[in-house]
Amino acid sequence: MTAPLLEIEGLEAWYGPAQALFGLSLVVGGGEAVALIGRNGAGKSTTLKAVMGLVRRRAGRLALDGADISALPTHHIARLGVGYVPEDRRIFTELTAEENLDLARRPGRDGTDRWPTERLFALFPNLAELRRRRGDAMSGGEQQMLAVARALVGNPELLLLDEPSEGVAPIIVEEMTTAFRTLKADGLSILLSEQNVALCAELCDRAYHIDQGELRWSGPMADASSMVE
Amino acid sequence: MLTSPEAKRGNNRVSRGEREKHAAIGSLALATRMFLGFTKLEPRVRLLPKPCRDPKETRVALDALAFQMINGLASASGLFFVAAGLSIIFGVTRIVNMAHGAFYMLGLYLAVTLADRLPGPFGYWGGLLLAALAVGLLGAAVEVLLLRRIYHVPELYQLVATFALALILNDAALWIWGPEDLLGPRAPGLKGSIELLGRRLPDYDVFLAFAGPIVLLALHLLMKRTRFGRTVRAATQDREMVAALGINQALLFTAVFALGAFLAGLGGALQTAREPANLNLDLAVLGDAFVVVVIGGMGSIPGAYVAAVLVALVKALCIALGTVEIAGWAFNMTKLTLVAEFLVMALVLVLRPQGLFGRPHGAPARGLASEAPLRPMGGTGRGLAGAALAATLAVPLVATAWAYAPVLALDMLIAVIFAASLHLLMGPGGMASFGHAAYFGLGAYGTALAATGLGLPTVPAFGIGILAAGAGALVFGWFCVRLEGVYLAMLTLAFAQIVWSVAFQWEEVTGGSNGLIGIWPDWPFDSRTGLYLAALAVTVAALSLIRRLIFAPFGHALRAGRDARLRAEASGIDVARIRWLAFLVSGLIAGVAGGLYAFAKGSISPETLTVGRSIDALVMVLLGGLGNPAGPVLGAGAFTLLQDTVMRETDYWRALLGALILALVLLFPGGIAGGRLRR
Repeated sequence: MTAPLLEIEGLEAWYGPAQALFGLSLVVGGGEAVALIGRNGAGKSTTLKAVMGLVRRRAGRLALDGADISALPTHHIARLGVGYVPEDRRIFTELTAEENLDLARRPGRDGTDRWPTERLFALFPNLAELRRRRGDAMSGGEQQMLAVARALVGNPELLLLDEPSEGVAPIIVEEMTTAFRTLKADGLSILLSEQNVALCAELCDRAYHIDQGELRWSGPMADASSMVE
Repeated sequence: MLTSPEAKRGNNRVSRGEREKHAAIGSLALATRMFLGFTKLEPRVRLLPKPCRDPKETRVALDALAFQMINGLASASGLFFVAAGLSIIFGVTRIVNMAHGAFYMLGLYLAVTLADRLPGPFGYWGGLLLAALAVGLLGAAVEVLLLRRIYHVPELYQLVATFALALILNDAALWIWGPEDLLGPRAPGLKGSIELLGRRLPDYDVFLAFAGPIVLLALHLLMKRTRFGRTVRAATQDREMVAALGINQALLFTAVFALGAFLAGLGGALQTAREPANLNLDLAVLGDAFVVVVIGGMGSIPGAYVAAVLVALVKALCIALGTVEIAGWAFNMTKLTLVAEFLVMALVLVLRPQGLFGRPHGAPARGLASEAPLRPMGGTGRGLAGAALAATLAVPLVATAWAYAPVLALDMLIAVIFAASLHLLMGPGGMASFGHAAYFGLGAYGTALAATGLGLPTVPAFGIGILAAGAGALVFGWFCVRLEGVYLAMLTLAFAQIVWSVAFQWEEVTGGSNGLIGIWPDWPFDSRTGLYLAALAVTVAALSLIRRLIFAPFGHALRAGRDARLRAEASGIDVARIRWLAFLVSGLIAGVAGGLYAFAKGSISPETLTVGRSIDALVMVLLGGLGNPAGPVLGAGAFTLLQDTVMRETDYWRALLGALILALVLLFPGGIAGGRLRR
């Protein structure tokens, strides 16, 4: 069996003196969509940030395609094919949508650009009209789409999605779910942190449930849904 | 002529004081102001009409105003280059580069040197560009070698580290170019002047007036149209996210720092035909650039230009008005130029704390707040404190064997009180003051005026000095506590400069640059031992008061407000009021140190109020460590000892002090008294 795309083993993380993660382990295989579910403050966002190298103090093993990435700087991890859609979207509000995308555009590891503008706008039709709009003039849903698009133009192989449904209108959530399914069908691996179990159920194969920085349960998504309900 | 670089560099007007360094830094700031404000202005002032009474004279005054304004635009350009560089660097790296004035100064020195060495017209213009490029390269080297190591240390340490770099660069310039001013050649092709409103305006000034907007446009295009510019704008907002998109932050930071340094170098190099290169320029330009950046808004390039023009115009207005009569009082407005920019800055900060074009800043969570909880002293600490007290009590006994001991010990006590007062503000208060000399100086001047002018006995005079410092702290503190972090530091600096200017200019009362002399205490403090023991008693009292305050509910509320302002306010603490109170107490205690200083030296001058003195106090506090109430005692003791011994022996004490500060920041970010900082 080949190495999983993302492998986390015994991950610990701290904010200042406060420990946020306690020995978390999980894997995401190639082309797989995995849900990370848990309450507010359970450590979902911290896990994704730790993968991106955005938590300064951490310990444990992080491997991408079998290669250790735990000592790499953030931009290096991104260039290895990890796309990050942060919790609060973190759109550059003073830049236009187009500028936000230009900034992030880079070919994939194999040198190809799988997300030329036409394909991107086919996936998110709304974005085409927003090209020249500044980030601070967009709605939450529009910003969310832009954040996903911005991650895609970096041609990632693994997409880290942090609570994409938070604070977004239900209709947009539906549109995004459709987009995510397309991406998954396209072979992209996804690690989705969500409180919205319904969204996870539509997309993910497996789930990890974490609470207070520790892994509580892992198994097939179908079992997770019934467990939560 | 056999003058030491020190005497040369320092305008010898204030070198009368015992400490040469203070005198030098004092006169540095002084000469600076003279340079930027006075010397250049004097000839122009003579052109101006006396108070205008009839319409014809009014017209002449308007011409003068217009002329001054165009002239102001030329000055604004140079200032804008420096400020824009400072602003871009701060936007992306969040570092306030105190060495930025030094980059400007080096740009000018290099350009003067190259213009002389290279042939023909290329020599001037090519040398100018080469100088700016060289400074840009130096900036890149500084970023890689120094700044990369301090991005994660608290903000205050970054400020002090870059200030240390400025000290080192200044001494490097002294070493390379010597203490004499260097005059560059005139610009080929721009040697003439044009007639404007009946006055002659040098071509070069007109060229400079246009250079500002041109560079503004170039920077605007760079920021809007290029990938680098987009990246800079994005990183100014969210550096982490930029990295998460695969952009190499380290490279970006180096590039940004190089660009900022290049701009400062260009600003300096462009002055080649306008003013001589000299060693006072770095601090002078830095002060002005700070003012401009703060008025315009940190991180905003158009803001920097508008602010530079605004400051230049306000100054021009003051000069053009000349002496005006208000209700029978003749008031020389030209004197206001020295404080005008700081008044504008104070006004802007109060009305719009983020600056004219700045964005409201978020919570300054980083830095001073990351301190371990304070613990009362244990048995060992008490033992050490007792031993220290016994040792200081014994100092008069060794005076016969070592006459210098009581002098040194008294210097130390004064430094300890001063440092402890600043520590209260910075450590538990979380407010970094870059102008604490204001309260020290007010205490010294208050005491001196009461003792000499009013002829009061020693103790009441001392009391009046302390009250003067308190009054200053009360007024300035009211403004300052509304701000945070860098902005607060800049405002304290601005207020200190205002007090300095007043002391420097109000000759009838303060004695101007000569200061006040003959401030001697009366019985029983008129003997060396008497004064020393009194100072020791005052020191113990001041330290005990600070200790009590830190561990009293007031201290808890102060620290709560520092660590989590919103949460403290939500639990019913009036943070602004507590901080104001801390400012007042800190000012009063600094006044105590100042009053003692006046009696200890017998004479004072505006050097008691200089930036250099404020920085000394900062270094003492940092040397001792912020997280320990005993820190300032150790820091002040060590610093005074070092200053009175090692640094007296060399012309290059600035570089030595700079190296010391850098070593401190890089090796012991928690200070020598421990109190490890958490990240």
